Amino acid sequence: MTARSLESGAPARERAASPSLWSRIWQNHAPGYLFLLPWLIGFFGLTIGPIVTSFYLSFTDFDLLTSPDWVGANNYVRMFTADPKFWASMRVTVIFVIFSVPLKLAFALAVALLLNRGMRGLPLYRALFYLPSLLGASVAIAILWRQIFARDGLVNDFLSVFGIAGPSWISNPQYSLWTIIILAVWQFGSPMIIFLAGLRQIPQDMYEAASLDGAGKWRQFIKITLPLLTPVVFFNAIIQTIEAFKSFTPAFIISGGTGNPINSTLFYTLYLYQEAFGFFRMGYASALAWVLLALVGMFTAFSFLTSKYWVHYDE
Amino acid sequence: MATSIQLRQLVKAYGDMEVIHNIDLDIDPGEFTVFVGPSGCGKSTLLRMIAGLEPISGGDLVIDGQRMNDVPAARRGIAMVFQSYALYPHMNVYQNLAFGLETAKAPKAEIQQRVQRAADILQIVPLLQRKPKQLSGGQRQRVAIGRAIVREPKIFLFDEPLSNLDAELRVQMRVEIAKLHNDLGNTMIYVTHDQVEAMTMADKIVVLRLGVIEQAGAPLELYNNPKNLFVAGFIGSPKMNFLTATADGSGISVAGNALALPRSAAGTATLGARPEHITLQPGTGIKLADVRVDLVENLGGQTVVYATTANGQPVNIVLEGQRPVELGSTVTAYIDPARVHLFNADGNAL
Repeated sequence: MTARSLESGAPARERAASPSLWSRIWQNHAPGYLFLLPWLIGFFGLTIGPIVTSFYLSFTDFDLLTSPDWVGANNYVRMFTADPKFWASMRVTVIFVIFSVPLKLAFALAVALLLNRGMRGLPLYRALFYLPSLLGASVAIAILWRQIFARDGLVNDFLSVFGIAGPSWISNPQYSLWTIIILAVWQFGSPMIIFLAGLRQIPQDMYEAASLDGAGKWRQFIKITLPLLTPVVFFNAIIQTIEAFKSFTPAFIISGGTGNPINSTLFYTLYLYQEAFGFFRMGYASALAWVLLALVGMFTAFSFLTSKYWVHYDE
Repeated sequence: MATSIQLRQLVKAYGDMEVIHNIDLDIDPGEFTVFVGPSGCGKSTLLRMIAGLEPISGGDLVIDGQRMNDVPAARRGIAMVFQSYALYPHMNVYQNLAFGLETAKAPKAEIQQRVQRAADILQIVPLLQRKPKQLSGGQRQRVAIGRAIVREPKIFLFDEPLSNLDAELRVQMRVEIAKLHNDLGNTMIYVTHDQVEAMTMADKIVVLRLGVIEQAGAPLELYNNPKNLFVAGFIGSPKMNFLTATADGSGISVAGNALALPRSAAGTATLGARPEHITLQPGTGIKLADVRVDLVENLGGQTVVYATTANGQPVNIVLEGQRPVELGSTVTAYIDPARVHLFNADGNAL
């Protein structure tokens, strides 16, 4: 029986039995949605839900035990006008970002350049250099770091060989942040791998043409390698900056969750954590989180806007 | 004044593996030399050794009487055009052309004047502010050549520069490079695997195989007097026919037909006959063989006949003009005896 005869000549009973558009769509797509279900539950229940809730909570006073009280923009006003710790944590985080990201990228690029020279055992070195990135953000490494930079730690043991009595780097506000910056730079593996992949993409004959043009290694690096690597630099810079703004574990472990000495390691996320889970000021902590998001968003938008002036895409 | 190049027992080895074997070659001042050969014959490696991009493992490279083995690439007075063009994608055409001069810290006015001259020669003035990605293949090729011209080198090297272009543009650029050579008068070395490019452009063709020069000489010399089967087969299009020959005391026979050659053919194992030298008209030469016509291609200006001898050896024939040749018929092929090439069992010309 053709479709035509079905539609025109079939009794009403048969037509009623034929599936409606919606049920046909459901029949066609149900297995797909079923497979998607775990992700959908996670996305709406664990991501979108908390995001929307935290935005609402940022306008409330909420201690987890009683229901939230609407306070309007008070949390934001207080943050910018009456909270020196907010500014202290912002200062620490910005210093951390400004120093750790360029240093890490420079170090990663330097090692990638070394590894790109076609040395033997490259896969082994690549894995070894990548290892800190896997371990770096862990609690264990943060504890190890604490031992290395303690008064009787490895660094001071080494300095004592030269007769130098080093301070306790971690408990000295002058140096404590720098130990965390060094820890961040040490985790250069991830951007290094990406730099290495980028370097491999630069055609060898560019360098050959440049060497015939009389360009030495340094000029080749400045005039060929760096410009052709700018898309990778841009990508790494964005990712690493966002990571740096979000950095939490090392500061938490090394300072014992206090951000001390004298708030010198009070990272923004650490302060946020203290407000939320130390003082149960969930409303204020949510406002802090939204300010961080806005800050990272503005930085990323600014980076993309300026990228057309310094990022060179081949095609 | 143009520059001479001598290669003396030049060797290139990667570890224990030697890829260029004791090459001896003289390139005269102002000569357009083409290195030609199949893939892997070592032509590009040899060019890169001359450029200074590959270290020389043995022998001497002499440019204008001076040994250049250890002189850095930039100080050999050489400019090279790469197969991939190797244009810097982040620089515009002007910056690409000026890069070498800026590196040499030439005065700005001089850079501008030399870039302008090269752009005028190659007619790329309107493209100077464009990035390479905004150019067509042919335009990129011109810029790559322009980058070489700007440096005013003593020697130009071209590494298969036309292989990325379509057929029409290849012919056009081939003519332009030949004109450029006439205008500038520099010594040029050009690498290609295309024997038509070699024949049309070269003053001297160097045929390479497996890191050895098989024969070097003027294009027509190689065409008329190939030294061996390899050169005979490589030079000329369509390819030379090779027929197994049987030599006896008085002469040779091919596919059962005794050839009346006016010269000694002792030791002949293979007879070579170029498709364009074979005819189907009696009286135009001696009889080569009776052949069965398998396929006929009418190209308008030429008729190409694909045939086989009685003992199954393929014979290709190129006839001038439009000729009626019946498919499946047996015809007699003739050849001018002066155009017959004879090779011994080792493949060397007799």
